[in-house]
Amino acid sequence: MLQQVEPVDGLQRVNDFVVKFANVNGSGSASANALFVKAVLRMGIVATPRNIFPSNIQGLPTWYEVRISEAGHIAARGGGPDLMVAMNPQTWDQDVASIEPGGYLFYDSTRTIPADKFRSDIVVLGVPLTDMTNKAYSDSRQRTLFKNIVGLGALSALLDMDTTVIEALLADQFKGREKIIAGNIAALHMGRDWVKHNLPYPIGLTVKHADSVGDRIFMDGNAAAALGAVYGGATVCAWYPITPSSSVAEAFTKYCGMMRTDKATGKTNVAIVQAEDELASIGMVIGGAWNGARSFTATSGPGISLMQEFIGLAYFAEIPAVIIDVQRSGPSTGMPTRTQQSDLTACAYASHGDTKHVLLIPEDPHECFEFGALSFDLADRLQTPIFVMLDLEIGMNERLTKPLTWDDSRKMDRGKVMTAEELQSGKLFGRYLDVDNDGIAYRTLPGTHPSKGAFFTRGTSKDRMARYSEEGHDYQENMERLLKKHRTAATLVPPALETKADRPTRYGAIYFGSTSPAMAEAAIRLREMDIHVDLLRVRAFPFGSEVDAFIGAHDQVFVIEQNRDGQMRSMLINELDVDPKRLRKVVHYDGTPISARFIVEALSTESLSRATEKAVS
Amino acid sequence: MTFIVKPKLHHPDLHKNALGFTRRDYEGTISTLCAGCGHDSISAAIVRACFEMDLPPHRIAKLSGIGCSSKTPTYFLGASHGFNSVHGRMPSVLTGANLANRDLIYLGVSGDGDSASIGIGQFAHAMRRGVNMVYIVENNGVYGLTKGQFSATSDKGAKSKRGVINSSEPVDLVAMALLLGATFVARSFSGDKAQLVPLIEAALKHEGAAFIDCISPCVAFNNHEGSTKSLDYVREHNHAVGTLDVIAHPQGAPEHDSARVQLITQPDGSVLRLSKLDSDYDIHDRTAAMHHIESRRALGEIVTGLLYVDPAPEDLHAQLHTTDKPLNSLDESVLCPGSAALAKINASFR
Repeated sequence: MLQQVEPVDGLQRVNDFVVKFANVNGSGSASANALFVKAVLRMGIVATPRNIFPSNIQGLPTWYEVRISEAGHIAARGGGPDLMVAMNPQTWDQDVASIEPGGYLFYDSTRTIPADKFRSDIVVLGVPLTDMTNKAYSDSRQRTLFKNIVGLGALSALLDMDTTVIEALLADQFKGREKIIAGNIAALHMGRDWVKHNLPYPIGLTVKHADSVGDRIFMDGNAAAALGAVYGGATVCAWYPITPSSSVAEAFTKYCGMMRTDKATGKTNVAIVQAEDELASIGMVIGGAWNGARSFTATSGPGISLMQEFIGLAYFAEIPAVIIDVQRSGPSTGMPTRTQQSDLTACAYASHGDTKHVLLIPEDPHECFEFGALSFDLADRLQTPIFVMLDLEIGMNERLTKPLTWDDSRKMDRGKVMTAEELQSGKLFGRYLDVDNDGIAYRTLPGTHPSKGAFFTRGTSKDRMARYSEEGHDYQENMERLLKKHRTAATLVPPALETKADRPTRYGAIYFGSTSPAMAEAAIRLREMDIHVDLLRVRAFPFGSEVDAFIGAHDQVFVIEQNRDGQMRSMLINELDVDPKRLRKVVHYDGTPISARFIVEALSTESLSRATEKAVS
Repeated sequence: MTFIVKPKLHHPDLHKNALGFTRRDYEGTISTLCAGCGHDSISAAIVRACFEMDLPPHRIAKLSGIGCSSKTPTYFLGASHGFNSVHGRMPSVLTGANLANRDLIYLGVSGDGDSASIGIGQFAHAMRRGVNMVYIVENNGVYGLTKGQFSATSDKGAKSKRGVINSSEPVDLVAMALLLGATFVARSFSGDKAQLVPLIEAALKHEGAAFIDCISPCVAFNNHEGSTKSLDYVREHNHAVGTLDVIAHPQGAPEHDSARVQLITQPDGSVLRLSKLDSDYDIHDRTAAMHHIESRRALGEIVTGLLYVDPAPEDLHAQLHTTDKPLNSLDESVLCPGSAALAKINASFR
């Protein structure tokens, strides 16, 4: 075991630090890591984990980074970890190098590691995990699995965590399997006891009981969006596996198994098809929705690219469809397991020809559920594709979020569908007739009436009565009506939400989606720096009048987003006709989630330099 | 032009079917295809089959892709909803529609470009999923709307109107359908209405993936000397496995299979009666059907007729265990689990 040559004054932090686990694949560390996070949560402190993983199943390194923040910050903090649990020899050098000065390195000291592999400005905590488990267990599987729990025990002592909380979690996890519970608890204490006898403990990073979790739940956005689809009444789901969206359809399948299946007959109130590709999945969604079933698919950037032609058809033929896009880094295959907000324009203007689509942009799992359910009402109401824009950061990481709520009196809004009775009574039906002056026409479903209301759906141009027409005026009138419908959509989508600064300011910041927690944290720090910025969280496209008003009320508006080109900024310029100079591009797009540090640095540098300019002039 | 509507006034003595509809009620708008196009004959056969089967037109949904063949749904079943989707993607749209409402009859119309080239993947997967539908490919071996390029079903060595010889092997959609698990597979010829109409009727009664490859000569671009999809060529090389009768209401003592006759009772009680020209041919033997087609093809013959049928098909809904009620008819009372269930879900995430 390596001895610390010179004592280092380690960081001193209570309930506010970052732990990063460098994992060895196939070592079963995931469940022990999750247990660590749950224990911190049960102790009442906000803990936010992030899986950092390559596009690979075995053999490449993965990390699990946990931010612990009693103040409630859930965004990635940025910078290196304060405590590195370095279990992967493959990534040792980079892991050790990444630790914050004064931080801590926890490692398995069974094997001697050369002194030059350490740093002199960090606290080294060697625990002979392999040695302990090899002595305690004869079975190799047990050795591997319990090593993680022994490690967790050691960590819990070093961080001064409440053991009873971990014991209770183990009891919950293995409910009714007393032998397993006892075995795990024994392993936990093996690690704790070793630390207590061999190392100074606790270290400078500690976890103390607090009350910053409240009634929030801990879940990922993909599962929440899938639940939104269940509650929103989706009955047809067609999908094709793609990271990071696959778990949307998988969670939907799981919840439908639980909540949409007749226990006696085994029959389901849903049809879920894993299609042969994204072309087929969106085709099935369009077919299902054309025929009156609430239908959706979940995909990511490459899938969106493949679906373009069909999306244009759904726009032009006016067919409801819900597309959940869990964004990742593009273009092409890009970085499939890294987050980005880079499909905005690809979705907002999807397909050849002139199109404008409706996007909903949730900030967290709670809104993934809300917008997931809402998207089906909007799709039926507007008879057009609705995109729900998640990203990998929200979709695939569990985080604390407000509990999901549902109003039992809520009814599905099926939009303008003419019934057999209405047709029978002689009500005029023209599929593309704008009877209400909102751009939305009535539709009929196949099989409704024996002799009235049938029409031909097509991607070619047509007149108001759905008859094929290549007459320029028919085409143009239809395209204008689609624009009018888009303006109607702007009044139906969730409005942007403004957070005013403490005092009047000429600065504004527009942000959206997974940037939310980083923005909230950045706002606090900017205020501390006496920089005051009004905030506007855009939640949908088309933009409501409040977005225009916000830009109009500020000299400088930072548009903060997670892509290279400032896609949201482009859309604001394009749709609202604002002077591009007033919109400052702030982009973070290296595939890691945006942090408060990044925003603070970008905004403080920008606004200070602007202030200086002004002083000079 | 397709927006020219046919006159609504009909002869008062036009024959009516059991639902009180005349054959006119099953027609669509006037065809805009070339005079003599095989596709119009297929449309007429669809009209006749639906009329004779007393099908309520509004209970049929007709879907297509892009191309001459895919334009035809406008020309039949004007009282049915139709969907002219995108090129090669009819199968997925039809699959989704079928999932939404299992109670309608689904008729997919496609062409050889639409199904054997751009849409070969969707064709294949719809077959293997067993979507309950009638899938007709109006197969003329060329791209008509773009003026005569070879399609993937063109035979190797066939000559185009411009004199180009096709050098690639053809895709045989019938062989593919057999291989992929379609439960009703037939080939026919637009010029043989006596064969085609009963085949369409039998396919409409089949409760699984029913595929008909219907050779349909293109009079504008593929009806010349040297073409293997011309009217004359197909007539000369057509080799039917037998003749099919659809007996809607079997009466008298039940007939039994014999050397020359095979009977398939449909779920609705009707009987498909196949009079075979070759007593060795077994309509339920998928492997034998493939062998028969290929061995005859080697002799330059085009095998037509009902080639394979599974008497007890299992469709996609059966595989998915979907509820008997159409999914599009379900409301929030059955679809939405409500706030109590959500409270439990919340608790599971704490």
